[in-house]
Amino acid sequence: MSTTMLPGTKTAAPSPGIGQNVRAYIGRVRGGDMGALPAILGLLVLCTTFAILRPVFFSAINFANLFTQGAAISMIAMGLVFVLLLGEIDLSAGYTSGVCAAVLAVAMTQNGLPWYVSAGAAILTGIVIGLVLGALVAKLGIPSFVVTLAAFLAFQGLLLVLVHEGNNIAIRDPVIIAIENRYLPPVLGWILYAVCVLVYAGVQVVRARRRAGRGLMADPATLIAFRVGTLAVLGGLAVYALNLERSRNALLVSLKGVPIVVPIVVALLIFWTFVLRRTAFGRHIYAVGGNAEAARRAGINVDRIRVSAFVICSGMASIGGIILASQASSVDPSTGGSDVLLFAVGAAVIGGTSLFGGKGRVLDALLGGAVVAVINNGMGLMGYSASVKYIVTGLVLLLAAGVDALSRKRAAASGLR
Amino acid sequence: MSSQPVLEIRGLDKSFGPVQVLHEVAFSAYAGEVTALVGDNGAGKSTLVKCIGGTYSIDAGELLFDGRPVQVNSPREAADLGIEIVYQDLALCDNLDIVQNMFLGREKKSGLVLDEATMEEMAAKTLDSLSVRTVKSIRQLVSSLSGGQRQTVAIAKAVLWNSKVVILDEPTAALGVAQTAQVLELVRRLADNGLAVILISHNMNDVFAVSDRIAALYLGRMAAQVKTADVTHSQVVELITSGRSGELGLQNVNGVTA
Repeated sequence: MSTTMLPGTKTAAPSPGIGQNVRAYIGRVRGGDMGALPAILGLLVLCTTFAILRPVFFSAINFANLFTQGAAISMIAMGLVFVLLLGEIDLSAGYTSGVCAAVLAVAMTQNGLPWYVSAGAAILTGIVIGLVLGALVAKLGIPSFVVTLAAFLAFQGLLLVLVHEGNNIAIRDPVIIAIENRYLPPVLGWILYAVCVLVYAGVQVVRARRRAGRGLMADPATLIAFRVGTLAVLGGLAVYALNLERSRNALLVSLKGVPIVVPIVVALLIFWTFVLRRTAFGRHIYAVGGNAEAARRAGINVDRIRVSAFVICSGMASIGGIILASQASSVDPSTGGSDVLLFAVGAAVIGGTSLFGGKGRVLDALLGGAVVAVINNGMGLMGYSASVKYIVTGLVLLLAAGVDALSRKRAAASGLR
Repeated sequence: MSSQPVLEIRGLDKSFGPVQVLHEVAFSAYAGEVTALVGDNGAGKSTLVKCIGGTYSIDAGELLFDGRPVQVNSPREAADLGIEIVYQDLALCDNLDIVQNMFLGREKKSGLVLDEATMEEMAAKTLDSLSVRTVKSIRQLVSSLSGGQRQTVAIAKAVLWNSKVVILDEPTAALGVAQTAQVLELVRRLADNGLAVILISHNMNDVFAVSDRIAALYLGRMAAQVKTADVTHSQVVELITSGRSGELGLQNVNGVTA
């Protein structure tokens, strides 16, 4: 069917050239819709600075550290995106992850349950927490800020109860430990990489073909090639670097390969991106975040969307908690505490998710998480104390929120919002 | 003129607690015609529309759709019948594009996945059938549209679902001169495409520009429903302000019944 679309524009060219796409992107950025641009620029600046000041920053072992250090926070941040998209906030996500980690530890060490049952229990705990928080926000109408602030305190206490007032529960299960401390064989890393790139390219090409076949505007081949190429190059570099020998004494013990947590993060990234971009549920999340009244009139069950966003957030926090437990090989009263939540919120916001709702992507959380991890790691290498790290990360969060607020103003001025 | 109204209301009563807002209201809308619903603030226009749209339940009276009596208990049921309401405050999501807004809550899916291509085609076809030429791309975010374009999208959203009755609540209230003309032209085109259009408006110029019939509410009673060609500007204003104009309207305004 050859629709003429809207007269006046697309009748001439069914697919705009790459130049038009670039111009459209620049227009969006100037109009205040910067997306992940600040995060990417920040990442470049930070990496360059640290690499010059501390060459060890770019060593193979430190590169792998970045991934394992950033994984838990990125996981929590990905969940937070859903809550932020609605214009809500979950301040308890950090301690939710701590409570879930404690559930995991208690189930494994004190009840002797296998790792998969314990992990299931931890995730279930997260889901129940999300249901309660979501119900309090959606059904009772308590502002999410208050609900989750209360939960933040209460979970801190709950965590103390679970670990018996300050004990440190060691985790010895090899599977849980492996998440953060074991690596894929280099070959498997390359195979997974190849599968990811090929599937991504395939999906892009098939979609463009199908749209072009129906006479709709499709992404031009150059744009697809650019996207696939970027993924292939960046992914390839990362896998290559992670497959380098990291051990000081390779004869004694070999340390190389992609950390097991990386494919887990990537799988969840793809899954949630799919949910947000390609399903009606995801569309409704954006709609509720953009204009809840319009969503309600369109027949969307707004309360259900709200509750499910909190469930996803807490559920992802529980997975983050499992990763935290694996990273430290133990659970104690500070697991998921102190900086974890703010780093996670920072990761989401730095990545370009709006605190005002309706704008943001799961990928952004990962980019923001990378920024946070790089700051943390790089400043550690520079020998700064925790105090300075906290201050700098706080300032970066403030900066990101400022950019968000400013770009919103700018968008309002240029009529883009 | 068509003989049977698509939508007919007989003897509709509606009270909120002790306050009776609508008294035995009769109203009809015909396919291919624009019926203007006028009345002063508080005359009951919005209440009547919400009764038709299923937002409010009715206390007494009959709703006939295509000649048969129907019950409308929720906005969903109204939509299923083919009654769509475009509200004054639009109800569009700024952060979504035109296609996404038009299909909001009723997305086309193939399996679990959204069927973007079909939605885009249908949206383009609908906008095309309304001869909408003011929108640059249907993948534009609604936030980038002007007031008139937004109104256009809201109206197009209402006609996308093969609706038979489209109710427009003051579609031109917030628009400039040129955009008002655009939207009125669109309203006329809806009727010419065979829909029954109900236009709520305060603006007499708009009413006389596009409507075929005028129904005037006065203090919750239907003062008169007349053909636009049969009345003058000042008669309608009289109907709105005092409920009667000579032979027309309520003959005993302050009494219990007309």
